[in-house]
Amino acid sequence: MNVETETLLYLDGVTVSFDGFRALNELSLVIEAGEMRAIIGPNGAGKTTMMDVVTGRTRPDAGSVVFDGDVDLTRLDEATIAELGIGRKFQKPTVFDQHSVWDNLELALAGRRRPLRALFRAEGPKERARIEELLGIIRLGDQRQRLAGSLSHGQKQWLEIGMLLAQEPKLMLVDEPAAGMTDSETEATATLLKEIAKEKSVVVVEHDMAFVRALGVKVSVLHEGSVLSEGTIDHVSEDPKVIEVYLGR
Amino acid sequence: MIATFIRNGIDRSWVLVVAILLATAVIVPVLNLYTAASNPLHVPDYAVPLVGKYLSFALLALSVGLIWGFCGILSLGHGAFFALGGYAMGMYLMRQIGSRGVYGDPVLPDFMVFLNWPELPVAWYGFQYFPYAMLMVVLVPGALAFVFGWFAFRSRVTGVYLSIITQAMTFALMLGFFRNNLGFGGNNGLTDFKDILGFNIQAPETRAALFAASAVALALAYMMCKAIIASRFGKVLIAIRDAESRARFLGYRVENYKLVVWTLSACMAGIAGALYVPQVGIINPGEFEPANSIELVVWVAVGGRSLLVGPIVGAIVVNFAKTWFTTGALAPYWLFALGGLFIAVTLFLPKGIVGTLAEGWSALSQRRASASAESGIAPSNRDGPPGGRLSPEAAE
Amino acid sequence: MRIIFQIAVAAFLSLAVSFSAHAAELRDLVNSLGEGGYKDTEAQIAAIAATGDPAAAPVLEAFEAGAVYVRKSDGLVFITEKVGRTFKLIDPLTGEIVEEDVASGAIEKVRVNNRLRRAVRSALGALTLMSPDATTRREAAAATFQSADPDSIELIETALAAEKDVAIAKLLREARAAAVLKSDRPDEEKVEAVTVIAERGDRDSLSLLLPLTAIEGPIGTSAASAVSTINSQLALWDGAQNVWYGISLGSVLLLAAIGLAITFGVMGVINMAHGEMVMLGAYTTFVVQELIRNNAPWMFDSSLFIAVPLAFLVAGAVGVAIERGIIRFLYGRPLETLLATWGISLMLQQAVRTIFGPTNRQVGTPSWMSGYFDIGLVQITYNRLAIVIFSLIVFFLLMVVLKRTPFGLKMRAVTQNRPMASAMGIRTPWVDALTFGLGSGIAGMAGVALSQIDNVSPNLGQSYIIDSFMVVVFGGVGNLWGTLVGALTLGIANKFLEPYAGAVLGKILVLVFIILFIQKRPRGLFALRGRAVEA
Repeated sequence: MNVETETLLYLDGVTVSFDGFRALNELSLVIEAGEMRAIIGPNGAGKTTMMDVVTGRTRPDAGSVVFDGDVDLTRLDEATIAELGIGRKFQKPTVFDQHSVWDNLELALAGRRRPLRALFRAEGPKERARIEELLGIIRLGDQRQRLAGSLSHGQKQWLEIGMLLAQEPKLMLVDEPAAGMTDSETEATATLLKEIAKEKSVVVVEHDMAFVRALGVKVSVLHEGSVLSEGTIDHVSEDPKVIEVYLGR
Repeated sequence: MIATFIRNGIDRSWVLVVAILLATAVIVPVLNLYTAASNPLHVPDYAVPLVGKYLSFALLALSVGLIWGFCGILSLGHGAFFALGGYAMGMYLMRQIGSRGVYGDPVLPDFMVFLNWPELPVAWYGFQYFPYAMLMVVLVPGALAFVFGWFAFRSRVTGVYLSIITQAMTFALMLGFFRNNLGFGGNNGLTDFKDILGFNIQAPETRAALFAASAVALALAYMMCKAIIASRFGKVLIAIRDAESRARFLGYRVENYKLVVWTLSACMAGIAGALYVPQVGIINPGEFEPANSIELVVWVAVGGRSLLVGPIVGAIVVNFAKTWFTTGALAPYWLFALGGLFIAVTLFLPKGIVGTLAEGWSALSQRRASASAESGIAPSNRDGPPGGRLSPEAAE
Repeated sequence: MRIIFQIAVAAFLSLAVSFSAHAAELRDLVNSLGEGGYKDTEAQIAAIAATGDPAAAPVLEAFEAGAVYVRKSDGLVFITEKVGRTFKLIDPLTGEIVEEDVASGAIEKVRVNNRLRRAVRSALGALTLMSPDATTRREAAAATFQSADPDSIELIETALAAEKDVAIAKLLREARAAAVLKSDRPDEEKVEAVTVIAERGDRDSLSLLLPLTAIEGPIGTSAASAVSTINSQLALWDGAQNVWYGISLGSVLLLAAIGLAITFGVMGVINMAHGEMVMLGAYTTFVVQELIRNNAPWMFDSSLFIAVPLAFLVAGAVGVAIERGIIRFLYGRPLETLLATWGISLMLQQAVRTIFGPTNRQVGTPSWMSGYFDIGLVQITYNRLAIVIFSLIVFFLLMVVLKRTPFGLKMRAVTQNRPMASAMGIRTPWVDALTFGLGSGIAGMAGVALSQIDNVSPNLGQSYIIDSFMVVVFGGVGNLWGTLVGALTLGIANKFLEPYAGAVLGKILVLVFIILFIQKRPRGLFALRGRAVEA
């Protein structure tokens, strides 16, 4: 079995340095199609940098990143990678503040990215139906005309997840979806993600252990730029290496 | 685009703007040509090309307002596109002089005879035909913008870096056009025009026609910009302006969007230049000066860049003030006033005149509509959040 | 030929005796020119030459020109100057005007023919070539090289034999070789002469050798190869000269741009009024010099030492005022800051125009900065050298301030993480104001330097602002070394393109190059990397 060509996302020996500081150190990770994976690790472990590499924002100094069996991601830029089917939700919710909720979702809808098409073709009934559907999933139906900038933090996170869904990606990268949420919001988010994971591959980066536990999926622990341990949440939390890293030496 | 345009409602305000412009296009010429000088409503002869000049500046400002207000690209070199369009028109007008020039050469303009040039340079071929010249008015600035933008946007130069590079672009062009051997009139520029399309360029009728053309061009450009902003393309532009990275991650080829709107803006500026030149009677390399391009940015800032009508208002207001200052006793203080204007606008009036007015209006209507805001569904797109920011195209 | 030999021997002998030659004796000898015919004149000239006294040169020169006359009344000999129809009589040794409006009947010309002229020329050469004074000898040797008269070969050889100074001896050898090339001497001697001239290797050599390349035979070939060697050497020297000009321009750009790099790097502020800070420094120099000129002219040479700190303070104070008054309200809005500072620049320009007038003002160069020296064929002027040294001193001082002083530490902290620095107790408003003041102050000092090589007018700032921006954009922000490398590179590139493309096209090419360079490295040469910066 050729791991590289049969998995959805394949990272091997990825190294990234910023001015001498090694953000990623020979990181190797494999995500199967249809899987949901949680990535945890202390601050500075390289979680966000890993996402930057996968989405094309940062070029690795060494190593290979292969998507869907045959696409080398290290040579492509953000827009191309997004078009390939990798969507990302950022650590800090990044929505378009001056656009309404509706417009944010419309912009995120899959297809129709070319400038001239955008100039001359407006949204049709199919698109409108899809947006309605998304509004329902993220429960912002009654906020549709509000400017995204005026939403609460939790609402922004959900809007961003909605935008991510609108893109219809093959792989979703979700960076700290539970950050800044109340307990009930966190629970709702976990439920939402599990729903999504039934049809899509999802990689979740999180700090909140309760959230990760609620997800109930395979966990990879990152530390100082490489994978320290992998397995179920129970397995990794009993791993002495992980305990050392989290609780200190 | 047209569908969205109509569907988004015949918003009152843009119709008002277009109506005013079209009315001006008719009324001013009429009041100039068909009323007696003693009539209080008479528009004096000198005022026609003067206001026509304001209108061409307004078009130029609109081109900058489009890319700055709605895409976040601050160009400090748009004067270059304006000047290139102006030169194209100037070359046509020079060819029209024919044997009526000082040296009487039917083909070569005076300055070429003066420089002992044996024949017309290749670059001037075709400029005796109006359609060709008009094509060049749009094509030359457009081509320059395309090439420049292709390099700049692809390398992701943004913000102040981009602004500085646009300054370098216009500066380089200025240096080039000042050279006598480039073949475009050198530091004297092109002037002494006789007629346009067969009509005496200084006749009141011609001037009135040029005026009307400027007003109509401005109105058309305004409508086109409105349509663009209302379309999905416009929404993407705004997204790029606010969170360029995010737009990329959504899969939008940001550099292509920027390139399209940038080139379009340059073509508009070129047309503005072409309308300007016959009304002021001269084009010289001073138009390429970096300072000019920066000054036109303050027109946009004064008017307000969050609305398309802002640059139009700003250009007219500031240039009117300039005329008023420089033709009176306060002439030496104009530069103080202009400098002060830059400072005052950025410190105290960041939204510009129109933007501040619109905000006030919006705050008023928000209070009126607050009752129905309970359910969160606002009756129109006009509401702004408590932070006081506006959805730009909705408030037009 | 014989007469020349006689003179040469006489001169040689006179070297041992000449120092006792009295002026009075010389006068007698000069006056003796009035007596006798051609043959006597020859001997008299020889005698005059034998004195070795440089005071005899003017009368000999006048004699060659046919302007030596005898006054009939007393038989005294004078140099004359024809004024209309009459003559002015000038003392042959002192140069004083003795009598004016003398009728031509009162004087008689001391006649000169070509043979005598040759004799006089050699005598003159002998007087100077073997003068006790080294400077005179050097000048005479150089003049002899230029004249390259075949008749003077023997004279040169005599002088060469006696010459102790190495440099002058070299000149004499070259003079001899030049004379040989113009003579009828045999080919082997000429080929040897070609070698000597080729070694000299400058443009004069080229002009001597070029006509020879057409001659067939060994002379032609050796001349041709010498010419090509010299040409390539000259090209190298030209290149070196351009490098020097480039360094000079680069140092000016460095001074002008480094303040901008600080304010942009530390504060993210694009200061369009930066050029005006430079202008203020230049005008400060003007004012200081005016005050000195009117009150204490003896202090002129130290005017720059006063102007530099003063310009720093003036420009710095204006900078702090701008920051506190306007810029601090615009933080986080770089494009607005750009516009507001442009407004300030307009106002400053107009203010200076109103106070000092729109025309150029005169700023003088102190004597210790005037003049030049040569390294090989590269001419280095002292004023530019001083500016290069000054800019390097400023650069390194700035490095020291940034890296080793507490203020520098606070500045760097604020650059990297403003909220954190503030949370740690650093008073960021103060740091901002002082940083802006520092950047502006340096620009003021740049103005002092610029006043020495450029016109001082209200538009001074405008001519440097675009270049300063180019340096900052090219060199990268956040690193002083980037500014140094950027400034030097752009300066040298500009100067190298100039001879081929002209100043204007050269500038255009540099601008285009930068626009293309930015495509590859959008953040400049020495960019800061890292996640915080990418944002």
